[in-house]
Amino acid sequence: MTNLKPTSEPSVADSAELLAETSVETGRKPRAGWRMLVPTMTPWLAIGLGLIAAITLFGLIGPLFVGDPRTIRDMGLTPPSGEFWLGTTQTGQDVLAQLAYATRGSLQIGVIVGLLATALSAFFGIYGAYRGRVVDEGFSLFTNVFLVIPGLPLVIVISGFVPAESRGLWTIAIVLAVTSWAGSARVLRAQTLSVRNRDYVAASQVSGERPWRVIVVEILPNLLPVIASQFVFAVISAILGEAGLSFIGLGASNSSTLGTMLFYAQNGFALSLGAWWWFVPPGLIIALFGMGLSLVNFSIDEIINPKLKNLRLHRKRARRAARLERELAQASRRNGVPSQQAKPNQDKEIAR
Amino acid sequence: MSYFLRKIGFYAVALWAALTLNFAIPRMLPGNPVDILLAKLQQRGGQITPETRKAYALLLGGDDTQPLWRQYFDYLGNLFQGDLGVSVSYYPAPVSEVIGQSLPWTVILVGLATVIAAVLGVALGAFVGWKPGTWLDSLIPATTLLAAVPYFWLALLLTYLLARVLGWFPLQGGYDVVLTPGWNAEFIGSAIQYGFLPALTIVLASIGGWLLGMRNMMVSTLSEDYILTAEAKGLSPRKILRSYASRNAVLPSVAGFAISLGFVVSGSVITEQVFSYPGIGGRLLGAVSNNDYALMQGLFLFITLAVLGANLVVDLLYGLIDPRTRARS
Repeated sequence: MTNLKPTSEPSVADSAELLAETSVETGRKPRAGWRMLVPTMTPWLAIGLGLIAAITLFGLIGPLFVGDPRTIRDMGLTPPSGEFWLGTTQTGQDVLAQLAYATRGSLQIGVIVGLLATALSAFFGIYGAYRGRVVDEGFSLFTNVFLVIPGLPLVIVISGFVPAESRGLWTIAIVLAVTSWAGSARVLRAQTLSVRNRDYVAASQVSGERPWRVIVVEILPNLLPVIASQFVFAVISAILGEAGLSFIGLGASNSSTLGTMLFYAQNGFALSLGAWWWFVPPGLIIALFGMGLSLVNFSIDEIINPKLKNLRLHRKRARRAARLERELAQASRRNGVPSQQAKPNQDKEIAR
Repeated sequence: MSYFLRKIGFYAVALWAALTLNFAIPRMLPGNPVDILLAKLQQRGGQITPETRKAYALLLGGDDTQPLWRQYFDYLGNLFQGDLGVSVSYYPAPVSEVIGQSLPWTVILVGLATVIAAVLGVALGAFVGWKPGTWLDSLIPATTLLAAVPYFWLALLLTYLLARVLGWFPLQGGYDVVLTPGWNAEFIGSAIQYGFLPALTIVLASIGGWLLGMRNMMVSTLSEDYILTAEAKGLSPRKILRSYASRNAVLPSVAGFAISLGFVVSGSVITEQVFSYPGIGGRLLGAVSNNDYALMQGLFLFITLAVLGANLVVDLLYGLIDPRTRARS
């Protein structure tokens, strides 16, 4: 389906200390606690959010402005024109109208599966690791087994057994969720194990708090960035997985998604007839949406793994130092002042 | 030693789980696969004896005369004898024969493409992560586009550009149909020409993940004390890169090979469909559309077995290259 995988291993709970160290180095005041959970705005994050917002809006509002995607006209396979911005399909259906409805369908299944898979992984990852011993061993074994069994072939076999008429949106969503939660559960388990042994968790346990309260109040807030990143990841793989299933004709029978569009394009010989406007846009939307979500994940990764963030801060400081040096060199050339005198001043600038 | 035993034990459990899942799926889901299958078999001119019916009922459920546990053990017994039933869509070939014919295609295609993607991705990732902060490094987020592209769409796009518009490669198939398969230069050349596009698809779609993982680990490794020590000792940067940084940074990539392989196999199933490649994936989809449940089950078991086997090998190798994993357990 996809090989996007969560890459950072260090614990979120370490990030506060490491960021405090960084702020000592940079001489700035450490930021407030809640701001640690919000990603810093970078150009890449802005691009990511922009892509997500644009595609989501297109899926939500687009269908209101386009005509009926099923209307058949006697003008098959016309290239993009003023009347049909993205051309028509073999049966003269408006590709843009189909695209709008299909985007809505894909987003819907992505969010449903993302929520289901995240809930499953949170249960198996966090609860198992918190209880420890036998429960942890059992859950962990279960997770790892699910992880090594290849997902898509399993989904294909399950969908193959379910008759087409009873293959609804929820069937597909549940099948996709059941086959995709394991990776996140493993990451969440590792994080929970490291948070579980902190003093404040022990304090909460000793003072007699019930397990669910310890998990929700003491452990969960520390895991929020990881869960957010896993959710984003689950949405991408769900959209990709559903597209793959629909493309081979095993998707939900009554839905229209980007995958079904590609299925009809492939079966309508869009490729051999050279109708690029039919099969390029659906895949491009999936790819761009996936890219947007991954870019957001990049920024969340910086919260989980502060070494990546330090890297960016370091890069920023290096750039500023280089710029200051250039300016000083120019200034000294202009004034005829030997650059030696400018040196102490410059050092102070860089330190700041 | 206990590390190896634990790993082998784990994969034994995973194998058992896969076999059980294969047993449970047709029994849990609606529909009556045995009757559909037998009707198809009859259409093809197959003789339906009570034994045939019993064999399929063991594989797919629907036999009410025996208790479930009895069916389960008979099913396992049949599997260990290598009896996966008769394929309906390739009647009268047994399922194991159909799998045997399509296996080399997929193993060579997916295997080669995965190894190429992993080696290239890890090498590039190490190179980019070694000098963080350069312009090359700031382009890294763009590789997420590659990682988020659906395999089959990339396949469609490449076919359109390279095969249809430019005409460099054939549109689909595994080899030139006028040739008979065999170990001669002409046939192998044709197979390479036909396999290039599918392989390129898999490499392009999976390289981003390797690159990113390696780059991030490289950045983390570079701030370790032993790198500082190596620099302080005055070792050359090349030596630090090769012997200190990349060796340690590559470990998670090796460990992650297991998970990636599952994804690559999944992706290549659909990619094979686009190219009508004569491999396992194409057969699986063909079996699904023909309601050839026996072949479907057999192929799923086989794919799972292959992925589990590859993972076991990687895990055992991992124990050899990273002594810490052995010490910990």
